[in-house]
Amino acid sequence: MGKTIAEKILSNHSGKDAKAGDIVIANLDYMMGQDGTSGVAIDSFNNMGAKKVIDPSKISIVIDHSSPSPNIGVSTIHKKIRAFVNQTGINLYDIGCGVCHQLLPEQGHVVPGDLVIGADSHTCTYGAINVFSTGIGSTDLAAAWISGKLWFKVPETLKLIYKNKLQKGVFSKDLILYTIGQLGAGGATYLALEIEGKEIDDMSIDARMTISNMAIECGAKAGLMKADKKTLDWVSKHAKRKANPIEADKDAIYKEIKEFDLAMIEPQIAKPHTVDNVVPISEVAGTPIQMGLIGTCTNGRLEDLRIAANILKGKKVHKDCRLIVAPSSKTIFLEAIKEGIIETFINANVAVVTPGCGPCVGTHNGVPADGENVISTANRNFKGRMGNPSAFIYLGSPATVAASVLEGKIADPRKYL
Amino acid sequence: MKLKGKALKFEKMNDDINTDYIISGRYKFKIQDPYELAKHVMEDLEPDFYKRVNKGDFIVAGENFGCGSSREQAPMSIKYAGISCVIAKSFARIFYRNCFNLGLPAIEVDTDQFENGDEVEVDLDNGVIVRTGRDLSQHKIKIPPLPKTMQTLLSDGGLVEHFKKHGGFKL
Repeated sequence: MGKTIAEKILSNHSGKDAKAGDIVIANLDYMMGQDGTSGVAIDSFNNMGAKKVIDPSKISIVIDHSSPSPNIGVSTIHKKIRAFVNQTGINLYDIGCGVCHQLLPEQGHVVPGDLVIGADSHTCTYGAINVFSTGIGSTDLAAAWISGKLWFKVPETLKLIYKNKLQKGVFSKDLILYTIGQLGAGGATYLALEIEGKEIDDMSIDARMTISNMAIECGAKAGLMKADKKTLDWVSKHAKRKANPIEADKDAIYKEIKEFDLAMIEPQIAKPHTVDNVVPISEVAGTPIQMGLIGTCTNGRLEDLRIAANILKGKKVHKDCRLIVAPSSKTIFLEAIKEGIIETFINANVAVVTPGCGPCVGTHNGVPADGENVISTANRNFKGRMGNPSAFIYLGSPATVAASVLEGKIADPRKYL
Repeated sequence: MKLKGKALKFEKMNDDINTDYIISGRYKFKIQDPYELAKHVMEDLEPDFYKRVNKGDFIVAGENFGCGSSREQAPMSIKYAGISCVIAKSFARIFYRNCFNLGLPAIEVDTDQFENGDEVEVDLDNGVIVRTGRDLSQHKIKIPPLPKTMQTLLSDGGLVEHFKKHGGFKL
């Protein structure tokens, strides 16, 4: 009987003939923590009585969520992280390096066929390059640091097939927002997604990562795509380790197969205060906006910055609005400088901040005021997410955010493209 | 394990209660003391919820409780606020796992009939919940058997204790 991608990767890493529903203990290829979750992981590691990690070359901590530190409380945690890094010899990405989910694939730590865990729910991002990667909690991370393994319940798989092509001005972010609106916040709980379609094949790796990044927003355990030539070419430029691409068998068994027609989809917006509160942009166009954000693990990549810069070139952000741009890594930042993108942003009165999560998680870098509307390329718009429970967050693509900050209200980007 | 307390439900929301509601980023990122964090539990959904909790009480919710961020500080704040168990129609998967890693039971049953303030007794060994309604009628609800890994983590008192006991995974 055939296997899904999830069943194959978990079988490979556990030495078992694993099927959906089985519990396996599996070896991990990489383990990641960020500065919001590693403090608790270090406490658990110490409480477990451990002194050494199993393999420092398979572990990174990334300081990205509050980077640089906005207050003494966070600084104390950062100091603890740096001491732990020195003690154990694991890899650290300190302030200014970028967001964990950009760095892990970009710096070659993960390759197709890998099994990867991260103490951050958007670890599912690397499913776009055929990695079974999933988010876990801090104590699980400590257990993984010590043993190099974790237990998994092998998930069933929901296959998503996208038919036809997106219109011009409708992007991968709109595709995934539309999908989450259709499935609901718990529509894929405990399931791995397998994502396919001609439109996906035609997308860049950057665009594919936006989709896999948001798999968790419908409750999914992983957001998997197959590795095609584009994937393998991209991976070979970033990683030294050999890729082991995994494809589902033709007779694999799926919990369900859902098809979506992309042809008629408009740009999408997730309205406050849930990610599945998704509507076509025409329903909310004209809503006044005071702040925009382009960046985060969802949409801070070079392609995202390029699209936004093309819309903003030669123009200025609306006088009643402000835009913050946070490139997802320093590599992207440097490339954007070379391409003149950063110059375009600064001339447009954009505030460009250090590579990192920026204001997405509400600790710094742009907390909105009471009653303000924010339009953001992030993946979450929960009440209080950006640091103020009295603000309202709308989610959209980089093009939508750029068009909206030009007009000072939610605007359809297609007129600018 | 027998647990006894009141059911605490949320007026504003029942389904899809996310971990940003459980513990906001503006506290979670800078406070390390779990008792300090616990004072802010559920704050953005119900200010002063912390004051409503008597030790041993239960949070009762609908579908997809604990969705969103993987923050372990979410079940941690719930536990350190004095909640003995979370009962919901369904749980988001990272939150569910984190609960058992901390030794906090998370039980999946139909919670539609539960009302705020109901007296609840949870008997994990015999797999039954007894709910006493406002009219003093008693209702028994069978708890579906927990997966063996969860049972082991609970009986060991969480993953840290499990690792101290066994030096690794013995599930």
